[in-house]
Order: sequence, then C-alpha cells, then structure tokens
Amino acid sequence: MPKLIPVPDELSKPFWDAVNEKRLIVQHCTGCNTLQYPPRPDCQDCDSGELQWKETSGRGHILANMVVADGRLGRTRPDQPFNLAVISLDDDPKINFFSNLPGVPPYQVPIGAAVEVMFEEVEPGQLIHEWRLVEE
Amino acid sequence: MTQQSAEWRRNRLGMGVWPHQGEVAIVGWGQSPVDRRWDGVNMDRTLGAYAILAIKRALEDAGIEPEDLDGLLCCPENMAGNPGPAGSWGPYRPYFPPPYDSEDGLTVVTNNWLRGQMPELTNIQYAPDNVPAIGDGMGFAAQACADGMYQVGVYVYTANNLEGRYRQGGEFDNAHVSGNRQWGQPWGDYQGLMTSTNVPIQQYCERYGITWDELLSPFVINQHRNGLLKNPDEYEGWSYYYQYGPSQLTTEDYVNSRHIYFPLKIWDCDRPVNSVGAFVFATAERAKDMKQKPVYVANHSQGSGGRARSTQETLEDTEKAKEWVARLVYEGSGWSPSDVDIFNPYDGFSTFMPTTLEAFQWHGVGKGDAAAFLTGDIRVEGPHPFCSGGGNLGNGRTRTAMYIDSIQQLRGTAGPRQVSIKGGRPQTAICAFAPGNSAAYLCLTNEAPG
Ligand SMILES: [Zn+2]
Repeated sequence: MPKLIPVPDELSKPFWDAVNEKRLIVQHCTGCNTLQYPPRPDCQDCDSGELQWKETSGRGHILANMVVADGRLGRTRPDQPFNLAVISLDDDPKINFFSNLPGVPPYQVPIGAAVEVMFEEVEPGQLIHEWRLVEE
Repeated sequence: MTQQSAEWRRNRLGMGVWPHQGEVAIVGWGQSPVDRRWDGVNMDRTLGAYAILAIKRALEDAGIEPEDLDGLLCCPENMAGNPGPAGSWGPYRPYFPPPYDSEDGLTVVTNNWLRGQMPELTNIQYAPDNVPAIGDGMGFAAQACADGMYQVGVYVYTANNLEGRYRQGGEFDNAHVSGNRQWGQPWGDYQGLMTSTNVPIQQYCERYGITWDELLSPFVINQHRNGLLKNPDEYEGWSYYYQYGPSQLTTEDYVNSRHIYFPLKIWDCDRPVNSVGAFVFATAERAKDMKQKPVYVANHSQGSGGRARSTQETLEDTEKAKEWVARLVYEGSGWSPSDVDIFNPYDGFSTFMPTTLEAFQWHGVGKGDAAAFLTGDIRVEGPHPFCSGGGNLGNGRTRTAMYIDSIQQLRGTAGPRQVSIKGGRPQTAICAFAPGNSAAYLCLTNEAPG
C-alpha cells in the first residue's frame, strides 16, 4: 500500500540514513543510560544533550493493534481497513513503533507475538522500518 | 481593547488554592439549537445568529439586560477548520451581503462581529481577542473577572460544523510528512486522540480481563440516556439527540457500529455539531442580587499532564499524566475526592473515561476499579451519578453539556437529571473540556464567599 513518506530533518537524518542501510537505531543517553525514540534534542528523563545513536536488536513484541477503517490520511484511505499495530522493543519495552504488519490480515493480529524489524521502500531511495512475525 | 496577560493560567503544581475562590460566579447560561451542520443557506442558523441567540438566552437566564454587560469574551476558534494539519480545509462558496460578507459570522464569530450585530451591548469595556476554547476559556473568563477586567461578562463558545468530512483534507492529503508527523503518519497514524487514547484502553482491558465493549458500552449508553433527560421547557434541550428525534442507543447499536480505529467505533466518538453556548460570569458582589442563585468558581486549571513517552501513548503514560491532572485540580480547589458531588469530566471520546475516573478517585474509584464502576449503576437516580449531564457523547459536540449540567445540578434545576446528595442539592461540581491529558477543569460550588 502507498505510505506517507518521511522527510528527514537535522534531528532525524541519522535515523533515516540508518534505516536506508537497513539498520534500526535509537538514541542512547549517556547521562542516564536510557534509550529514546522518536529522537529528541535532549533526553526526556535527565535533560542531558549527550545523546548517541545505538543500534537495536530489531526484535520486539506486538503490544496492541488498531484497525484503521475510517482514517484521516488521504493517501492510506484506499487501503482501509489496515492494521496499525504498536510494537514494543525488546531492548526497552518503553520504546514503541508503529507497524502495518505487512501480510497479516486486519482483525487477525496475534497480540503479544514476537516480531522482527524489516524495511520497506516508500519511494525510491527511502526506506521505512516495518515489522514481521517470527517464531519465538 | 485590553488583552488578558499571558500569566493567567493555573497550569502547574505548587500554586495552591485559587486565591479568588468565591469571588466570581456563573449567573446565567444559554445554548442555541444544536444542528448537525450549518447548511450554507439559512441565515438564522449561522454560527453568528446562534451566538446572538445564545447570549440573549444567557442574559434572560441571568435576569439582566444587554447594557449590564461590560465583558464580552467570544472564542473565535474555528473548530472544524483550523486545528491540526487539516486546517486548510474549508468551505468553497461565495459570501453573502453584510454582515455575512466574510467567514466572520458564518462559521467563526469574533467579539468584533458580535458588537457590530448587537448595538444593544452599549457598555462593553473588555473584549479581548485571545479568548481560548471552552476548556481554557471558562478559566480565562473566571480569572479575568477576578482580576477586575470586567464586572459582568459573557463567555461565548462556538462549535462549528460544515458540510464535508470533518478534519480531512489539507495536509492530511499530502504524500510527504515532516516534523513530528514523520514518526506516525507513514504507518497511517493521524496522531490524534482516537489512536493515542485507544491503545491505553486496550491495555487496560487486558490488564483487568474485560473487553472493550463490556467496559465502554454501558457508559456510552448511559451518556445517551442522560442527554435525553431534559426539562421540556429548556429551549431545544441543548442536545442534538434530544432536538432531532430522541432515540435511546442500545448495546446492540454500540457493538455493531461502524469501525473507525477499531476497537474504537463510531459511538465511542462524539458527533460534530453546529451550535453556540454562552455563560454569564459576574463578580460575587454583582451576582448576589441577580435572578439566579450564584454558582461560584472554586478553581480553574489548565496545562497538560504529559504525553507519550515513545511513539504511542501507553496506559502507564496516561495514568501518570492523569494523576498529575487530578492533583492539580484538587490542589487548586482545596478539595479531596469525597468533596466532589457532581463529576462531569470530558467525554469527547469514551476512551477518556476509565483512567480519568481512577485518577480523580471519584466515589472511591481507585486503580483498577473503573471497570466495575462503569459497568455498575451510574444512572442519575442511582448511587453513582457519573457524568450526569450526558457530556458530548449524549448531546453532541457542543462541549457545553458538562458545564450546563453542573450549573443546573448546583442550582437544583436539572429536572429529570437532578442528583440528590443526602436528600439535598449537590454543593460542588467538577466539569471540563479536557481532551486526552489536558488539565482544563473548572470547579464550581454553591458555597457563598466569606
Ligand atoms: Zn538521560
């Protein structure tokens, strides 16, 4: 399905560059040893600006799922209904990502199942991070 | 005209009890008919015409004349348009002869337009341009009165709705997304309350072993019931559902209703409407000789309890945010949960309710108790008359029902919805237009100053 295409900015460019190399990275605060996503200029826990990028395991679990049946985004409306799942990252379950769970029919999402990151092209040269079911 | 200073907000802990408790009262309210949309044709049903009507009704309720008003506080926010990325959506049509030769008066109403159309408002001294929407706006009006900006003023809230799909189009139709939107919209998350408050409720259901429909349908149905319980002499009933053919929602209707962001369904959402509400505020000094028994402002609050730690708000995020909001409201009013007779929090989406209830601990509802409470007896006749006004879900998105009902309950004029506390009239109320984790609450009391 056609997806909306992210436009990297100064803060997000390292993240999207990594995604384009098929790596999933998040911010790591060296001040308080916390992981952070989406990226922010400072650490949301200790306000430190000492943030580095850290590669993740790329493994997670399905926390919840919504089925978008009447959404507001024009580009995705023709593909309704579709999954809008929330994936918690195994490295730190407080971090979560959205996913359409490609290949999993809407209303049939196994909540709690294990997933791993994959990458999907949304326009030539731009990937986004997606997730697929794996055997645990 | 004088503007209110930016310092008026009560949006952080540590500010203590509102020092103007009992100095400001609400002495009148009015509401126009509640239509689904403005049809673009009938000039007596425009937002401007409805604003004039709501003001006249509020003045009549207060028993005062237009020249008694020295404050005019109309919120010029265009609800169906401006907020969010769909802001560029709007009506495409020619204008009309004056005073309808611009959007002002049709789908937006400003103080300036009202003064042009109501020459009988001869004594307006205070008419600021920066009047916020009703959640913050009621506090803004109370604080301005307490600060001596006006003696008797009317706060006007215009809820507009037009032909077309609500909040679609504009930037929501773009292919590329930047800023914060790059973290949600590529996967189809529009980044609003229908998704941010959805997942926490799914987590809530899983934690306490209840289904979404079991948790929320009894509440939604009771809201519709409260919305239909009206005094027959109250205008059109300040409710879309009351005005346009009362019919009680059933569990079957709810369960089978259209999916939006499933499990969130259409009946979890309030119905956008075109309507205007007006509330007369006065100093306690001026209020004491007026027609109605004054309902005093005990506190107002603003700000936010916070938002998602990561991409999607979780139950933990919501609980933390709402605990902060409840602390702010109780600190500012000096009340504890057992002091609150009437509780009309905001129900723009049904998903707001379980965590709000638990944070405010109304009627002893602690963590994990909301499910049993919401599926128990919450009728106005029963022991736990939660959301006695029916809110947005039971009346339509006027965003005024929480306030009107609270005023009526304290006056003892709520008719078939009248709640009895220990055989008497309720003495205190908390009401709000506080979407998500907003802290925009208003505390009201019958208690006279001093
Ligand atoms: Zn830190």
